[in-house]
Amino acid sequence: MSAATLTAADERVVRTNPLVVLLQRPEIGAAVAALAIFILFSSLTQAFLTPAGVSTWLYSASLYGIMAVAVSMLMIGGEFDLSTGAMTGTSGLMVGVMATHYEINVWLAVTIALAASLGIGAWNGWITMKTGLPSFIVTLSTFFILQGINLAVTKLITGTVAIQGMSDVPGFEQVKVIFGSVIRFGDFSLRASVLWWIALTAVATWVLLRTRAGNWVFAVGGQSHSARQVGVPVVRTKIFLFMGTAGAGWLVGMLSLFDVGTVQATTGIGQEFIYIICAVVGGCLLTGGYGSAIGAAIGALIYGMALQGIVFAQWDNNWLKAFLGAMLLLAVLVNLYVRRQAGVRS
Amino acid sequence: MSEDTAQATELDPGVPILAMTQIAKHYGSSIALQDVDAHIHAGEVLCVLGDNGAGKSTFIKIIAGAHQQTEGTLAVYGHNRRFASPRDALDAGIATVYQDLAVVPLMSVWRNFFLGSEITRGWGPFRRLDVAAMKRIAKDELKKMGIDLRDVDQPIGTLSGGERQSVAIARSVYFGAKLVILDEPTSALGVKQAGVVLRYIAQARDAGLGVIFITHNPHHAYPVGDRFLILNRGKSLGLHEKADISIAELTALMSGGAELASLAHELERAST
Ligand SMILES: Nc1ncnc2c1ncn2[C@@H]1O[C@H](COP(=O)(O)OP(=O)(O)OP(=O)(O)O)[C@@H](O)[C@H]1O
Ligand SMILES: [Mg+2]
Repeated sequence: MSAATLTAADERVVRTNPLVVLLQRPEIGAAVAALAIFILFSSLTQAFLTPAGVSTWLYSASLYGIMAVAVSMLMIGGEFDLSTGAMTGTSGLMVGVMATHYEINVWLAVTIALAASLGIGAWNGWITMKTGLPSFIVTLSTFFILQGINLAVTKLITGTVAIQGMSDVPGFEQVKVIFGSVIRFGDFSLRASVLWWIALTAVATWVLLRTRAGNWVFAVGGQSHSARQVGVPVVRTKIFLFMGTAGAGWLVGMLSLFDVGTVQATTGIGQEFIYIICAVVGGCLLTGGYGSAIGAAIGALIYGMALQGIVFAQWDNNWLKAFLGAMLLLAVLVNLYVRRQAGVRS
Repeated sequence: MSEDTAQATELDPGVPILAMTQIAKHYGSSIALQDVDAHIHAGEVLCVLGDNGAGKSTFIKIIAGAHQQTEGTLAVYGHNRRFASPRDALDAGIATVYQDLAVVPLMSVWRNFFLGSEITRGWGPFRRLDVAAMKRIAKDELKKMGIDLRDVDQPIGTLSGGERQSVAIARSVYFGAKLVILDEPTSALGVKQAGVVLRYIAQARDAGLGVIFITHNPHHAYPVGDRFLILNRGKSLGLHEKADISIAELTALMSGGAELASLAHELERAST
């Protein structure tokens, strides 16, 4: 830190260029990348821009997007959750087993699954806060526990590794209205999950930027010691965030279950990193305290477009992984640059 | 209790905000502080000086409610008090600005200013931050302290050390502090930055607050202080009014005069 810069900051804040201000928005990098991917696949393939094509990648993006938004809030709060992917399976399997095997009312099963998911989220948060262990380790253990239970319990109860006969359960069609509706405009079909995704992104953004709770999320992730000193309920805030990712896992579990009427015991395994990557591509810092829900939603949009675009272009599917890795590196580099531009002298 | 204290101020401005008599603090068998007297009125700066381990932090932790005294009395506006927690002290109008300032570097100045005590408007689920009001108040309050920020939206991490210190002071003043304790606010700062903070201390004093300023640098203490409490190995070397002591005497007292004289002698020889 040279004396010159110190004095400059002392006297008067240097006037910032509007472009620099725009570039400092956490989601701007992702927005530019999304546009590039959109243009790329629109020009490369016929199917991408057709109403049916758009429906496909929007649907794909929505399921990742719901998770990514919740994960981004948790990451802004300075924590990780590796159990999110398995959670989407667990919630779906719970409802499936309860409804098909024990003939519990579907609405009740859905509610019980929600309560159980939130409970698992609260458990993750509580253990992390009580022990002071990295959430990475705590949720890694939850991930393995859930993965094991998903397979073992499903096999034990149903004798197979998937839930069948869900669509014959009484009340299935009613619940499907909420989670599995499709609104058609000609060839374009708008699925319920897309609406959930948009609504959730809007609510999350509002909470983060315009409520006390949101202020606390940034604070506990940015500097939890300071937050505690000024009276922010750090433990409560973080536990709520873990419950948020688990709750999103429940929602995605329901959206898939009531869309296709079946769920595999391996559902969601390995997806947890994709959610984190979407959040990082959307501008979340791995160190916490910075990021955006809209950015995470755009990150998921990029992933959804690439996922389906590669199929439409008839490329080898394995390119997706390579693409994902490259995106992640690029995003982290952009974030690093932004953080430096923000001029934070920690 | 707070109503009580408010009455006391109005009744008699001559009553010190804080008066401590015969304060002692033992940590188990070790004695960190013994027989310390001090007092401070509104609009005054009390400097607490001493070498490392002299007991300065122990002294302020008792005032801030982080520790309780083993012996002695502590009176706020003439009422004997014993703070069970930092919250207690805060409620009595005593705010402490610690070295780490309790700010979140990546968050904007105004968000930091109101963190934990945000202003909201609206109802139920629509209760939201009153952003405009908070920005305006933060800007105004900082202006009162002499910091004229063009943009309270910038991350607080981009401010200089001295400015951040001042934001922390302004924040405690705005939230009702009558007495602000600053634990070594200038020790990590350069000459110029330290000057900035000293100016804000003077500003807070002129605004009618009491300021307790902890430092081990007599050159920082002397220009702003009204009264100096010098601690040495847990004992008070006296509470001196500014009129009664010169900066040279202060320095000498602080470091155990004789030792310093011989050190100066030694250094002089070495340099010739
Ligand atoms: N919690 C504690 N338990 C036991 N001894 C303590 C404790 N806190 C402080 N002490 C002792 O009390 C004495 C005074 O410590 P204090 O922290 O008040 O010094 P200080 O004047 O603030 O020093 P510095 O300038 O280094 O900050 C020291 O000898 C220290 O070891
Ligand atoms: Mg100290």
